Amino acid sequence: MSDFNNDIGQQLHRFHGGLQLRHYKQISCTESPPFIAVPKQLVVPLQQHAGLIAEPCVEVGQRVLRGQRIASAQSGISAHLHAPSSGTVSAIEARWVHHELRCQAVIIDCDGLDEAVALTPLNGWTQSAPESVVSHLQAMGVVGLGGAVFPSAQKIHQSLHQEQNIHTVILNGAECEPYLSCDESLMLSRPEEVIRGAQILCHAAQAQQVIIAIEDRMTEVEKRLLQCIKTKNLSHIQVVQVPTYYPEGGERQLIQVLTGEEVPSGGYPQDLGLVCFNVATAQASFKAVEHGEPLIQRLVTVTGQSVQHPGNWWARLGTPVDDLLRAAGGLQQAVDRIVMGGPIMGRCLIDTQAPVVKASNCILALSNAEVHDPQGELPCINCGFCVRVCPARLLPQELHWAVRSQQLDRARDYGLMDCIECGCCDQVCPSHIALVEDYRLGKHQLRVQQQEQQRAQLAKQRYEARQERLQQHEAALAARRQVRKSPASKPLDAKARIAAALAKKRQQKAAQQATNTTPPTSSDEDRS
Amino acid sequence: MLSAILGLSLLALTLAALLVWVARRFPADSDPLVVEIETLLPQTQCAQCGYPGCRPYAEAIAQGHAEINRCPPGGTATIQALADLLGCEAKPLDESLGEEKPPLVAIIDEASCIGCKLCIQACPVDAILGAAKRMHTVIADECTGCELCIPPCPVDCIDLIPAPQVASLPNALKRAQRIQMQVRA
Amino acid sequence: MLEQGLLILVSTVLANNFVLTRFLGLCPFMGVSNKIEGAMGMALATMFVLTLASVSSYLVYQYVLLPLNITYLATVSFILIIAALVQAIELIIRSQSPLLHRVLGIYLPLITTNCAVLGVALLNVRQQHHLFEAALFGFGAGLGFGIVLVSFAALRERIERSPVPEPFKGAPIALITAGIMAMAFMGFTGMVKA
Repeated sequence: MSDFNNDIGQQLHRFHGGLQLRHYKQISCTESPPFIAVPKQLVVPLQQHAGLIAEPCVEVGQRVLRGQRIASAQSGISAHLHAPSSGTVSAIEARWVHHELRCQAVIIDCDGLDEAVALTPLNGWTQSAPESVVSHLQAMGVVGLGGAVFPSAQKIHQSLHQEQNIHTVILNGAECEPYLSCDESLMLSRPEEVIRGAQILCHAAQAQQVIIAIEDRMTEVEKRLLQCIKTKNLSHIQVVQVPTYYPEGGERQLIQVLTGEEVPSGGYPQDLGLVCFNVATAQASFKAVEHGEPLIQRLVTVTGQSVQHPGNWWARLGTPVDDLLRAAGGLQQAVDRIVMGGPIMGRCLIDTQAPVVKASNCILALSNAEVHDPQGELPCINCGFCVRVCPARLLPQELHWAVRSQQLDRARDYGLMDCIECGCCDQVCPSHIALVEDYRLGKHQLRVQQQEQQRAQLAKQRYEARQERLQQHEAALAARRQVRKSPASKPLDAKARIAAALAKKRQQKAAQQATNTTPPTSSDEDRS
Repeated sequence: MLSAILGLSLLALTLAALLVWVARRFPADSDPLVVEIETLLPQTQCAQCGYPGCRPYAEAIAQGHAEINRCPPGGTATIQALADLLGCEAKPLDESLGEEKPPLVAIIDEASCIGCKLCIQACPVDAILGAAKRMHTVIADECTGCELCIPPCPVDCIDLIPAPQVASLPNALKRAQRIQMQVRA
Repeated sequence: MLEQGLLILVSTVLANNFVLTRFLGLCPFMGVSNKIEGAMGMALATMFVLTLASVSSYLVYQYVLLPLNITYLATVSFILIIAALVQAIELIIRSQSPLLHRVLGIYLPLITTNCAVLGVALLNVRQQHHLFEAALFGFGAGLGFGIVLVSFAALRERIERSPVPEPFKGAPIALITAGIMAMAFMGFTGMVKA
């Protein structure tokens, strides 16, 4: 507690690189986002969060109620999933989420009644232990809604059980990627829920202060948040406006802007006594704790030139993207592609039947005019533009060469694992090289390689342990066989023993020994 | 003439004596080459190479008794790595020993298992759990997919399934995904 | 004395570089320059072997060959003494320091009967160096070799991940690179008048 640094956010710093992008946010930012009607069928993929896939705990044909748990977290990093509406489980089968992810999903045929299970709010959380708040968040399946979908409870749990105390909770409202406006819209429409969520997270992490970081263009948001803080008289919550600069919404970059400190490579913000959440996560925590509502819906931006009325909508998880597009007036111009997430870090969709998941902050229908990649890839000319914009201060062109020529060790030495995949290098590359795709491929290959090595190591250890055990077993058997063998071989040995005894006798005589001692072999014979 | 013969012989003899003495005085304990070869092998301990495990195969390679293309689980990648290490030509895998397959793990059909313990004895890495006349199961994380448990099973209740991957493979990555944003100066 | 030593060192490392101006030791130069790590090991091993070869061949020449008046056996006896000493030292390193053996490892015996090694011994005789000079000459030659080898390996690593036109891939581009490096080292020739 002693190193509690009270001037976080008083003075802003800069991170290396980054880009100032046209943000196209006004076209979709709405003040009171409407709800999308519950569809006929919900598709709930079991891999909606970082970490291990959840295990379904319902059966086909079973009736589920809204908020009922349908899949349980595995041990390790994982999160629960809940039924977004009431209905019957019609299948558990593999579905596409986006073009990189296909996983098992629970399909619910909704009955339209939207019946809910008995909600279990955590009343009086201000008095309860932080651990109970954390386990409540875990039970409600709350994960980070900024895009990384890391289970929130586990993030706090980790920070509660380490030496460094958490002094500050940072709420990330600086959604820096172009087109996205769901966080801004959320803070405009429900500022008090965000603030309540901030208090809950602050209590759960045992922190002293909360900083809500928003972009400097969000003046209306600031006004509403401040008003809310003022009426509640919460002096430990501050709102800080940070410059609109990509990728400022990245956790590490935001921390660098607020504190001037860099999160160490391979480390976490927790190492600096900070813990970072998205504002939407705070709102979901508020719903989970005060209303007992699990995470079954989220605010989604639907935008792009190809939709008629861009805006934000509250959608149940599992709602097909098609419904959202229809709510936005349907597809208008020639659509080039539909992207889930922002234009830079998002993933293309296979079809519009793909469901909304916890990570879907945006559905982007881009027209041909918006996607321009007129020419193919050209060779790298060593211009160094990518180095200048890299917020992680890596050498993107070195990484590119290393990954392309499969020198993975070299890529790791150059810090491939520290790449945040923000895509700044991609944007400025005059040769139109798809750098981030290389990095993601390289990272994946490195992870596979590492896992293979671990497996080989484990197999080797176990093989050696087994060999040793077998040898010991063999030795023990041989010893026992020896013991068992000795009576059987007695008649054979007898002659030799007698001869030995006689020889000894003779020797003793020769030595003029008067007394006759029993030869040691005789005692052996007695025993056997 | 004589001095040349004598001088050179004497030099050679002295040096030979020195070498013999050094070799006796400083015996090399383990061949570092064996360790290097072993780290390149996939450690499935499947014995498909004809040696009882990865270590014995590594020793055989180091002594020059075995070819480097006898490891089906390692496949082309392992052969290439061995060729690089030993400075010899990479050969295609010896198909008579087995073929290269994606990583597998064994799974026991628990309903038909009779609890005979034969597979437990066959497993080189102790990845099968069970007691006599009780159902057995495979610890998937520790199974190397060596297939050694399949032949002993009297009721054919062991199957091989593809091993779970680390994460979803981003090999479906499409170049087309790139979207150029307008950058403000 | 000191001046003389410095002159020998600079001349062998840069101006009369064994690889790029005397064309000695070209096979490890081409063979072990794929990876920087390998090149480092080779460079260290060469430095060590060349110094040792220089000193031991000097001793044999002065105290065995000259007194017996059999200097025409220089080549044979040099090969003998160098090969035996390197082998002995490799055995000692292998049992005493596995770590050092990992670094020098297979490179020690590889370099033993190389032309650079025999070259350093014969050049010592021809240039009539005394013991200190011979040691310095050997070390300098090894250092020069090491510098060239490691920088060449670094270049080749970069070449490997660059788009090289198809007909130039592999040995051609490596030899061209070596040629350009030799051109650069020729620039040192006027620096020292050896």
